Amino acid sequence: MKKLVSAGVAALLCCTAGVAQAEVKIGMITTLSGGGSTLGIDVRDGFELALKQAGASDVKLLVEDDARKPDVAKKLADKFIQKDKVDILTGIIWSNLAMAVVPAATRKGTLYISPNAGPSALAGKACHENYFNVAWQNDNLHEAMGSHANKADYKKTFILAPNYPAGTDALKGFKRMYKGELAGELFTKLGQDDYAAEIAQIRASGADSVFFFLPGGMGIAFMKQYAQSGVDVPVMGPAFSFSQDILPAIGDAALGVANSSQWGKDIESEVNAKFVKGFKEAYGRLPSLYASQGYDAANLILSAMEKADVSDKDDFRAALKEADFASVRGDFKFGNNNHPIQDIYVREVVKEDGQITNKIIGVAIKGHQDAYASKCRMK
Amino acid sequence: MTAALIFEQVLNGLQFGLTLFLMAAGLTLVFGVMGLINLAHGSLYMVGAFCCAWITQQTGSFWLGLGGGVLGAAAAGALIEMLVIRRLYDRDHLDQVLATFALILIFSEGTRMVFGSMPLYLNIPAALGGTMALPGVEAYPVYRLFIILAALAVALLLYLLISKTRLGMRIRAGESDREMIAALGVDIKTLYTIVFALGAAIAGLSGALVGALRSVQVGMGEPVLILAFVVIVIGGIGSIKGALIGSILIGLVDTLGRIFLPVILKFFMENASANSIGAALSSMLIYLMMAGILAVKPKGLFNATN
Amino acid sequence: MQRTDTAPKSINMPKLSRETVVNIAVMAILLALPLWASSIGEDYYVNLASLITIFAIAGVGLNFAIGQGGMVSFGHAAFFGIGGYTTGIAAFHSFEETLFMAIPFAISGTNQMLIIWIVAMVICGIAALAIGAISLRTEGVYFIMITLAFAQMIYYFAISWPTYGGEDGLSIYLRNELPMVDAESALTFFLVCFILLLGAIFVSARLSGSRFGAALGTARMNETRLATSGIDPFPIKLTGFVISAMITGLAGALFAELNGFVGPSMLSWHRSGEIMVFVILGGVGRLYGPVIGAALFVLLETYIGEWTQHWQLLLGLALLGVVLFARGGVMGMIAGRARHD
Repeated sequence: MKKLVSAGVAALLCCTAGVAQAEVKIGMITTLSGGGSTLGIDVRDGFELALKQAGASDVKLLVEDDARKPDVAKKLADKFIQKDKVDILTGIIWSNLAMAVVPAATRKGTLYISPNAGPSALAGKACHENYFNVAWQNDNLHEAMGSHANKADYKKTFILAPNYPAGTDALKGFKRMYKGELAGELFTKLGQDDYAAEIAQIRASGADSVFFFLPGGMGIAFMKQYAQSGVDVPVMGPAFSFSQDILPAIGDAALGVANSSQWGKDIESEVNAKFVKGFKEAYGRLPSLYASQGYDAANLILSAMEKADVSDKDDFRAALKEADFASVRGDFKFGNNNHPIQDIYVREVVKEDGQITNKIIGVAIKGHQDAYASKCRMK
Repeated sequence: MTAALIFEQVLNGLQFGLTLFLMAAGLTLVFGVMGLINLAHGSLYMVGAFCCAWITQQTGSFWLGLGGGVLGAAAAGALIEMLVIRRLYDRDHLDQVLATFALILIFSEGTRMVFGSMPLYLNIPAALGGTMALPGVEAYPVYRLFIILAALAVALLLYLLISKTRLGMRIRAGESDREMIAALGVDIKTLYTIVFALGAAIAGLSGALVGALRSVQVGMGEPVLILAFVVIVIGGIGSIKGALIGSILIGLVDTLGRIFLPVILKFFMENASANSIGAALSSMLIYLMMAGILAVKPKGLFNATN
Repeated sequence: MQRTDTAPKSINMPKLSRETVVNIAVMAILLALPLWASSIGEDYYVNLASLITIFAIAGVGLNFAIGQGGMVSFGHAAFFGIGGYTTGIAAFHSFEETLFMAIPFAISGTNQMLIIWIVAMVICGIAALAIGAISLRTEGVYFIMITLAFAQMIYYFAISWPTYGGEDGLSIYLRNELPMVDAESALTFFLVCFILLLGAIFVSARLSGSRFGAALGTARMNETRLATSGIDPFPIKLTGFVISAMITGLAGALFAELNGFVGPSMLSWHRSGEIMVFVILGGVGRLYGPVIGAALFVLLETYIGEWTQHWQLLLGLALLGVVLFARGGVMGMIAGRARHD
């Protein structure tokens, strides 16, 4: 009955307004409370900004907080799909939450646009036509750093990450590209906040550089402790430990660190300028890469809505896959597994007008595609 | 692996243990005197760190911030003692666990409403920056030495307070017989508020001191809280001495296990699996140790209460 | 720690007490709502009811340990998680058509729920036997903390053990199967959970009313008295702990089926706290208390969450209110005190 009514409304809309588009309902599941909520808030704000700037009145966005718990995310996904009957899901920040939600949701025919998490399973064997990742595959930024280490002529890098899948993948990604030898390799405890012992190992190892992946508070703690340890070996890492939401908390200790990102606020393009300016005006702070990913996710959906009606899944999928939108990061296209093929930059942490932020200093890898694409059966 | 490095890691383990002691001291004090399990102790640690970070930002002085952190946590402690905790003394542990679990939710979300979701900036004072040479260690961060000294000072002061002062005498009397000292005219209500605020102040001190070294963010107290519980359970609940020894034990086992387990495992297996299995084992190590100790000594190493 | 009260009276009461009326009403509502929701095609509410039912089973398990045996376990998430992982691992090997182990004898995965439930409960029982054997040497706060420590140990193990996904967890792509019925259907799955909940309550009630239950209740109130009557309290308590763990483990297995997913978050200490919340919200030692507790918790979490981002603050206040002002939980408020504590 309900379906009949909405179909009727859609038919009415199509003939009166002349636009072949019913309202698109988007369910956003993201982390808005507890640890890691800055990421979710930035994704949401970036996403909403894009909708506002586009004046998209035919989009209905529903946002809910997953509190970083996989089962809560799963429950919300069920609610969005079964009760609110959304067309598209998006918003999840963490790989473990994505793995709880995405496989089931995409199998049931709901489209999922990932603005952040890109676990390797979803890029490879478990890839799905309904799943699009508009950020990166998890390994990408680490691979870029490995390639940067080669360019910077590092020969003996010490690498460390927490002992969980994203951590082991990070080190794997770095090693995939890095050609020098390792001064040492350490897995830390997830949630660890004292790194005195690890820093002592780094000092003793005679490394000429350090690569680390310690997201969130772990990275803040590591950088502060590293800065006062007297070890002066250069540090590098993915953007996650140097994004705009946590840089102020690290302070001067982060200055000069090289980090890899597919986006920077100083990329020169009309759309990026509009995004950065709009974000600062709307929210009174600098955007992070997470905000840029939320912004791109929304624009990707809007671009597909221009071309196809969301009720025709095949058409809409094809329109999404074309990725015919101006990404704030510059060139962007999807590979066979619906993951980005994109340039990844190296940024340096600098102080601008008293504010600590990132500046792009070069390109780490051009037109980079993830290592799992060949395992995906999609063409 | 040189002897100097091993020595430095032992020092790191000691330092980590002593930071845990700062957290565990207040917890064990409160339990010893009032018989209360306080899961919200980690929240007081967080309050101390946030107050310190905020005041340091406003005034530019870390020392003012440190004082503010201690006072802020003590005030928050006194407040929740009078509003909530006071009603829990004669309840069973189950109610205490649940009520203080609820306090964690309230504190975390409340802090986020006041300070926002972003981690705050708090760095160590410039005067304590840099490193110094120690016998056997070429460069050891001065601030870490400062934390070692601060923790030892807290241990000493607590010892003096409890064994030498009038307040300490009342605390000890309250531990052994609550009704009796009330009958003797001691205002037990105020005494408990003071003790709880004292425990909170120590938690706030450790939050501020350690927060400068780690990250000041909502939820920062929880991992430390669980470790502190492990410490006081190993040491014997209610015993300050037990907490000191327990925390050093945990600090050493955790630090040395983390670093040396993978190295040792490399004699038996290939590098990659030694690394990941070593890390997995070391994260379980302190809990294994706790289980082992309690299996042999069900009331911890230094049991203070009956 | 030790309560000086009598065993719950509600169990063998012939005439309808207020509590019995409440029990019947609660179960009737829990059964009726999903039937109605399913009839109007709103599967979401059916799944919500399944979630409540599953949490209630977990609570019934813990309630047996706390209410009957006085064993305040802060580590029941361990059993919840082990039950879940059993399901996940069995389904994983069945899906991938690989063996769980080849030596000393071959064990393959399975997609038959009945087998998985039994295996999950047996594994939980064995784990509880080991954990309980050490933990029950302690009492009071030490017991609370050592059970927490064991759960943490398993949690860290699950996070860092790569074979079954580590922190990312394991997806169960297809819900496992039951003979004769279609478990994929939301309503059928709810009814299965509901029957299992009734089963868990029945087992718990029967045991509480048995000689074993009487001994366990005496062990809670006064161990010395039990010992002087010639019964060693330790094996009695250990048996109680194992039974409690097995019930909670079954809930974990169902939770994995409902979500189509297992991960270390099932093992976290927050989860242990939540299971405890179900028990206390409903009323410790009340047979149907966990049902009320789980329902309230899920509804609070779901609906305050929709209303404000700061729902954890309100949840905290609500919990605090219940502990401080509604001793004996919601059941105590509605039906009066059954226990004299």
